[in-house]
Amino acid sequence: MSALSVALTGNPNTGKSTIFNELTGARQKIGNWPGVTVDKKVGTIEHNGRKISVIDLPGTYSINARSQEEQVVSDYFKTNKPDIVVDIVDAANIARNLFLTVQLMENGIPLIINLNMMDEAQRHGIKIDMKKLEDAFGMPVTNTVGRSNKSVRKLLDVFTNAVMTNYKPSKLINDHIERIHNIEHSGLSAAKIEEEIIAARYDLIDKIMASAVTVSATDKTLTEKLDSYLANGVTSIILMIAAFYLMFQISFNWIGQPLADLVGEFFDETLVPWAAEAMAEAGVADWMQSLVSDGIIAGVGAVVNFVPLIFTLFIILSFLDGTGYMARVAFIMDPIMRRAGLSGKSIMPLMMGFGCAVPAIMANRALDTHKDRMISIFVTPFITCNAKVPIIALFTAMFFPDNVANVVFAMYFLGIITAIVMAKVLGETVFKGQQSTFLLELPPYRLPDIKTVLLEAWDKGKGYLIKAGTIIFAMSVVIWFLSSFNSDGMTEDMDNSYLASIGSATSVVFAPQGFDTWEAGAAVVTGVLAKEAVVSTMGILYGADEDSVDTDDAEGTAEVLNETSMGSAFTPLSALAFMVFSLLYSPCMTALGTVKKEAQSFKWMAFVFFYTTAVAWVASLIVYQGGKLLGFE
Amino acid sequence: MTLKDTKPGMIVRIDSVGESELKQRLMTMGLIPGTRVEVLNSAPLGDPIALRLRSYNLAIRRDDAAQIEVSQVQ
Repeated sequence: MSALSVALTGNPNTGKSTIFNELTGARQKIGNWPGVTVDKKVGTIEHNGRKISVIDLPGTYSINARSQEEQVVSDYFKTNKPDIVVDIVDAANIARNLFLTVQLMENGIPLIINLNMMDEAQRHGIKIDMKKLEDAFGMPVTNTVGRSNKSVRKLLDVFTNAVMTNYKPSKLINDHIERIHNIEHSGLSAAKIEEEIIAARYDLIDKIMASAVTVSATDKTLTEKLDSYLANGVTSIILMIAAFYLMFQISFNWIGQPLADLVGEFFDETLVPWAAEAMAEAGVADWMQSLVSDGIIAGVGAVVNFVPLIFTLFIILSFLDGTGYMARVAFIMDPIMRRAGLSGKSIMPLMMGFGCAVPAIMANRALDTHKDRMISIFVTPFITCNAKVPIIALFTAMFFPDNVANVVFAMYFLGIITAIVMAKVLGETVFKGQQSTFLLELPPYRLPDIKTVLLEAWDKGKGYLIKAGTIIFAMSVVIWFLSSFNSDGMTEDMDNSYLASIGSATSVVFAPQGFDTWEAGAAVVTGVLAKEAVVSTMGILYGADEDSVDTDDAEGTAEVLNETSMGSAFTPLSALAFMVFSLLYSPCMTALGTVKKEAQSFKWMAFVFFYTTAVAWVASLIVYQGGKLLGFE
Repeated sequence: MTLKDTKPGMIVRIDSVGESELKQRLMTMGLIPGTRVEVLNSAPLGDPIALRLRSYNLAIRRDDAAQIEVSQVQ
């Protein structure tokens, strides 16, 4: 027997993903729908000796094809006839959720109506008569309780029992379809027809609600109580700042950094010596040894260092999103973000940008309009991602040892300000006149399912791991090659290497910024491959003993590098200019690739490369020349 | 009166939804003539506003709310 195909559909915030995760566990594949940037999630399971393949369609309020998600769902049902369609309905929000149900029925799609979170609905004073609902639609009605594994497993029995054959759309539904048909052929304008149809659907829903659902008054719900603090008045702003402060404390200082130190220690003290010893014993050629130890292991190690930090940040953000709090943050921040030409919904991607720009750029899918999405994608790279942190750490330790905290803060702030200013500029130039909207459901507060939170964080963060395994690996080899060879073959003298030629050619453009050394030029070039490379390249080029260039020990590295010619190659002012440039210029290759994918255009990717670099060039010029005018050095 | 002019705590009924690019999205979200809407509160900076309708909460910008004609129920 062929696999039974099951499609899950439903509104956003209905717990659909949690049900999908419960059903399929980790046996799921996340891909992409062709031609759009919407995740396609598929999983397979076996139940009662039957193979079941489950597809999780994106959450949508309707299938009118006004957004990419709606397009995907609408196209899916046009070209696929799954054996079973499960419409996940949030029982506490049944009235609006049934809109999609009715629309699916109009398209002749038989479905199981699964009422999720019945317990919550009861607390809200909503009582649903499942039998009457079944009669009203003529379709089977099941129910699940939020995070209960057992109730979700029960669904599997329903799937394998060939339940659909016993059901036919009710007379009520057939009459409604007839009515829709009449509206469609009424000769009104297309817009008017759609409005009439929407009204007819809610008319039907009101009828069904009246027969199958009773709503009684309740005391203030938890959501109302929480919202009076978390989404209301000045307290909400204070609590939001506190929440984010705590989030960064946890991910950077409490969990991320200690774990990063452990990983770093493992690389430096265990893996590198072990590899060196093993290779020496095996009689591996010297150049190969240097490639593996100094190039590959060091390069990959620099990235792996940040993995704990990034995953902690993403777990917290996914958790906050799952509780419904991120919707409140978007609500609070919308007026501020709008003044900058963004939407409140840009907050989530920008926050992720402090971790890694790649998933942050992808998170902009949640935005409403083309304009909001594009602007948000284009300014996300200005946010100081993790990989840029070593640059700030090293340069402040070397050139501003008395002012570390202030300079670090100023650099983070610079990234945020640049993102805001450029959003405004883009909104009034490139995307002038296009509409921006903000319509956001504020879902009830819920304790999110931990499995779903972890899977989501994994989904966001795994790109970073892949980057460490592929790009950084390849990049380490490339940098090693470029710095060890010139046109005459292998060279010990790095000043004569390919990298020196590339670096000095590049550095010409930085003369007005005061850092036109070939080493700085080379670091900038390698930084486009990966930002982690900026500091390690500088360390290697300035001839520090490789072992002492440690991306998570800025002070130690600074001490070492101060002894080298790097200390005299920069003045504090040109070091500041270099930092500003490094933080703002073109995002790394992986992020550029993501821009191309998300904006679906090579042209936009090229645009991001050039405009961010231009902004960085001008900003560092202002810092250097302005600083000189003010008498700094 | 439009939805933009309402005060927190007011309960209103929608009379009409004005023509805009957003109109059909607003209607899909349940904002259709005859719908009862409770005005919850504004975001701390005055915009957007939070509404309760059809047993769920929706945030909407004041500019968009100005497109929706309402009359007060209580």
